[in-house]
Amino acid sequence: MDMRPDPLIMMTTQAQAPTTTPTKVAAKNVNVYYGAKHALKDVSVDIPEKSVTAFIGPSGCGKSTFLRCINRMNDTVASCRVEGLIQIDGKDIYDPALDPVQLRARVGMVFQKPNPFPKSIYDNVAYGPRIHGLSKSKVELDQIVESSLRKASLWEEVKDRLNDSGTGLSGGQQQRLCIARTIAINPEIILMDEPCSALDPIATARIEELMEELRHNFTMIIVTHSMQQAARVSQRTAFFHLGILVETGSTSDIFTNPTDKRTQDYITGRFG
Amino acid sequence: MAGWYALVVVALMLAGFALARGRAQSVAGGNYAGMHSLPSYHGLYTASLAFIPALITFLVGSQIAGYLATQSAISALPNDIQSDILRQGAALREAVNIVRGGPVGAASAEVQSAAANYSSALSAGQWITLALGALAGLAGLSWGLSRVSMNFRARNAFEKLVHALLWICATIAVLTTVGIVFSVVGETYRFFFDPAIKGKPTVFEFLFGTEWNPQAAMRADQGDIQTAYGFLPLLTGTLLITVIAIAVAGPLGLFSAIYLAEYASPRVRSVAKPVLEILAGIPTVVLGFFAALTVAPYIRGWGETFGLNVASESALAAGVVMGMMIIPFISSLSDDVINAVPQSLRDGSYAMGATKSETIRQVVLPAALPGIVSAFMLAISRAIGETMIVVMAAGLAANLTFNPLDAVTTITVQIKTILVGDQEFDSAKTLAAFALGFVLFFVTLVLNFIALKVVQKYREQYD
Amino acid sequence: MTDITAGGVSPPIRRVEFETAESKARLRRRYRSEARFKAYGIAALVVAAAFLFALLSSIVMRGIPGFFQHYLVADVLVDAAKIDPEGKGDAATLRAGDYTAVARAALAEAIPGVEGRQLKRELNGLLSSGAGDALREMVVADPSLVGQRVKAPLLLADEADVFLKTSGTKIRVISDTRGIATPSATTGEISILVGANDFADDVALVKAELKALADSIDETIARRKARGATVESLADLEREATELRRRHAAAATSERLDAKTASRLVAINGGLVKVKEMTPTLVKGEVIIPLKSTADAAPGTWEIRVYETPESNRNLNDRGLAFLEELKAKGLVESQFNFAFFTRGDSREAELAGIQGALVGSILTLLVTIGLCLPIGVLAAIYLEEFAPKNRITELIEININNLAAVPSIVFGLLGLAVFLNFFGMPRSAPLVGGLVLALLVLPTIIIASRAALKSVPPSIREAALGVGASKQQAVFHHVLPLAMPGIMTGTIIGMAHALGETAPLLMIGMIAFIVDVPSSLTQAATVLPVQIFLWSDLPEPAFKMKTAAAIIVLLAVLFLMNGLAIWLRKKFERRW
Repeated sequence: MDMRPDPLIMMTTQAQAPTTTPTKVAAKNVNVYYGAKHALKDVSVDIPEKSVTAFIGPSGCGKSTFLRCINRMNDTVASCRVEGLIQIDGKDIYDPALDPVQLRARVGMVFQKPNPFPKSIYDNVAYGPRIHGLSKSKVELDQIVESSLRKASLWEEVKDRLNDSGTGLSGGQQQRLCIARTIAINPEIILMDEPCSALDPIATARIEELMEELRHNFTMIIVTHSMQQAARVSQRTAFFHLGILVETGSTSDIFTNPTDKRTQDYITGRFG
Repeated sequence: MAGWYALVVVALMLAGFALARGRAQSVAGGNYAGMHSLPSYHGLYTASLAFIPALITFLVGSQIAGYLATQSAISALPNDIQSDILRQGAALREAVNIVRGGPVGAASAEVQSAAANYSSALSAGQWITLALGALAGLAGLSWGLSRVSMNFRARNAFEKLVHALLWICATIAVLTTVGIVFSVVGETYRFFFDPAIKGKPTVFEFLFGTEWNPQAAMRADQGDIQTAYGFLPLLTGTLLITVIAIAVAGPLGLFSAIYLAEYASPRVRSVAKPVLEILAGIPTVVLGFFAALTVAPYIRGWGETFGLNVASESALAAGVVMGMMIIPFISSLSDDVINAVPQSLRDGSYAMGATKSETIRQVVLPAALPGIVSAFMLAISRAIGETMIVVMAAGLAANLTFNPLDAVTTITVQIKTILVGDQEFDSAKTLAAFALGFVLFFVTLVLNFIALKVVQKYREQYD
Repeated sequence: MTDITAGGVSPPIRRVEFETAESKARLRRRYRSEARFKAYGIAALVVAAAFLFALLSSIVMRGIPGFFQHYLVADVLVDAAKIDPEGKGDAATLRAGDYTAVARAALAEAIPGVEGRQLKRELNGLLSSGAGDALREMVVADPSLVGQRVKAPLLLADEADVFLKTSGTKIRVISDTRGIATPSATTGEISILVGANDFADDVALVKAELKALADSIDETIARRKARGATVESLADLEREATELRRRHAAAATSERLDAKTASRLVAINGGLVKVKEMTPTLVKGEVIIPLKSTADAAPGTWEIRVYETPESNRNLNDRGLAFLEELKAKGLVESQFNFAFFTRGDSREAELAGIQGALVGSILTLLVTIGLCLPIGVLAAIYLEEFAPKNRITELIEININNLAAVPSIVFGLLGLAVFLNFFGMPRSAPLVGGLVLALLVLPTIIIASRAALKSVPPSIREAALGVGASKQQAVFHHVLPLAMPGIMTGTIIGMAHALGETAPLLMIGMIAFIVDVPSSLTQAATVLPVQIFLWSDLPEPAFKMKTAAAIIVLLAVLFLMNGLAIWLRKKFERRW
């Protein structure tokens, strides 16, 4: 942990990679309205596969709103209206023929506040495989639960109390349980909405390690308030301000050489 | 008399207020800022000091006057009536009726003289009370006046009195509970253990007896019917109707709540909620009328087309209508607890690709379970204690049965049947009603207590 | 980070599939279950709404006729000899006059010539015992009416009224008679000879009825046997069935009519004859309305009237029914809104019973209730919300209030009986005691509502008041309480509505007595509206069932008004802080 390389050095080494990776999520001219409020204005962005993309920006800039468009969680808000095109693997996810339930099985999400279900640890992780019918037998389900907990590096801590309630864990453990729950159904994309904002620094570090681990198998998009975190974990960064996507690029470029004045002001701490 | 008394007390209070305020004004001499309390607070304080002793004198005095008047009435009765408690009570009631101008039969000379005694003693006692009360009030008033000064903290003193009044009001709820316990426990104890009561059962016979018949045969041609106080048929009857009611109201109330909380558009809610509120506000006597005149014949006719024998006062009719009464109760309590489940849990489930019903069944309901369980417990307690529907739609027949098509009776029906009409407080029959009341109070109290605790815990969990 | 390699399991890496047939079927299944679940919710709401609809519509349908009453509206001769024989003309004399006799005289004029004590009694029985009441008021208000003829509504008895409201009996009229009918006399027991066999069909119908009756008795016997009735207890029924079958099978063309078969009457020469025995060409019977003559009646000028419901299944017998039909045919019967329902006390006679006593009783009781529980409830709420220290006593009080709110109402009745009546010796059946008991019953509701209202006033208001030097009590009474008042009033109205509909505890303290007089003081015996409903619902007369439903409509209307007021208050004063 304490042996981590300097994030800036890491970024320079990783900066070359994105140019070759194919695009997973593509958004074109996305507008979002909450009732009369225009929350997101003409956002267009391409998000590469098997990497971590960070959305940064001041509070209320629309980064969480955009994140929730990608798995259509905004559908649960009655007053919300989404315009424009969002594609995953070239397919429009707002196509009326597409089922949000299917979409969300492909696009997992981890929330700001850990929200384990009021069930046992085992049942929390088994929830997704059960509703989607992923396991053929109890043994398989056990295996899925174990491997998901291992991938979320929670297995060693909870393997003796899988039948205890998930709500009894510490905050950091709860958040890793939520990540285990998400990866149990092997989504292609994992959305993380400020996953560490409710956690202490040690728990945050563990989650960040986990992201680094997971990005080899999943496309990850993370919304964060912390620029340090964005710099540490992401390969690409998008900066949102007042509902507008100001600038997007490789994380190293954004942090060392931003093209827009607003980005510059934000990362140097003039506002935010 | 009470009117006179009120007049005197109000006059004393007004006088106290005006005098003390005037005095305070003259003491201050226009320098109100230098005075601790405003003159009206001196007035209010003095008025209270006049009011309190006058009120206490009146409450105590009128009780004493009533007691002395009764004693004086008894002394006018002949010895043979005085020695017989029952006849003495009857004669006294008659005498009091004469004085109050109530319904009077042909009263004997003794009763007439007792009435005269009662009347004169009562009015003498009341006038003395009035005089004493006025004196006590004056004493309080003058003490209050004597305390008016620049530095006297009249506002604080008055506020202390108000604080005491607030506290007394808050404890009235406790006094009510004490009163309930006092009335049911005392009579229940006598029912089981007072040696003067004839024909009472033992606790064991009461709890496990299978026959309930508080009314013994009064004439020879009614056959050889013995009184029996076996509680079991009432218990099974009450439980049977409660089970039917919950079987109707449970699913309907819960599903209504789920639909309203999770699916309904604001427009549907704005229609459905008032419908449920109207249902909740319908008096039970109306539901009982509906059960007896509409539902029971309907169920009977329906049973006959299937060749079933349905009693005209079947448990089913009473239970179904009681269930309808409880639907809004369960649905509004469940609605509250479902709404208290945090949205983040639902989001977590939706984000896993769960459908709405999967989310509700597997995440929301388990999370809301404690609250829903306590809603059901409160509903059961309400069903057990409901009186009018069963009085009107269930029968009096104490059958030990679990057949919903039979007639059964319940605890509340028996309490009502025994206690309506004239009753003496010395018969086992009357006391039996209080024993039933004790059971009812105890059972519902336990259910409510647990349910409220669970709800409280549940609220804390998600706050 | 070593978990992956350290773990010994290699689970199948399965993604959620969407394109395979199996996964598609699974998804369809999940959506079906989703739709089903949603449908359960809708069904539950629909059932609850349907129940409310059934309840209200059944009450309204039963109750609307209860607000109306049928009157005989006739030209009444206000006979001075019956009202004021000495010609005093003062109000007391006029009030004491025998208006029933006047009403009966008017009825006798409407159907003249009725003879025999029995028949006259039946005729007079159509009028209520209070038939002359409206006339009395008219005469007292205008003494010049004495000796005049005046059009006055005379109240009909409840049996006649219910018959007219429900049209309980179908009347079949056969007017295309073929023979010449010759009555033997104009009154008393007569026979009518007919030139054709006009009654042949009816004799056959009666025989069929006898058979149907016998069959239904057989069914009853079979049902009772199945329930285990003894043979002896069924002997009477079996004898009856045998007798009916014998009459059905008998070859005789003559048939007696009794109360168990449909009644037949012959209307001839302006009179009406109730048939007691008939052959296809000859009937014997009793004259109900006298005939004008014994002349031969041509075919088609006389008719047969069949009252389809057997007499034994009706509240109104053939004679009463015949008289009533005659009055109706003369256009003398009118239905009017029954204002007296709101201005009379209870009565044993359904047509005279009203709800004024119960309404006044309810108002007196509620006055006591609100007078006690509004101040006590609000002060208790203020104490608990604003002043109570957080200690065990406060906690005890709070638990107590919450529990008390869920104690069955009948237990409060026991409290009233044991403590107020027995211990303090307060009068039975009095609104004072009823109000006390209801006050204790709704006190928790009002405390809880008032606390919620006080809590919704933001702390900034209190801080502002304290900041300018007000004492805590001044802050609460001058600033917080006025702002909480709309919420408190809403809660109080809902509590009062609850108290207004409450029945059980009032039965316990004796507010169930039959009381004719409208109560005028708090200690007088009285009853309240829900108890009146309960009392009436127990009575067997159909007219009382209508009155019960009508009283329920009044009660529900008052309750809806109160709740509407509460909602209006809430809407008007709703404030978002």
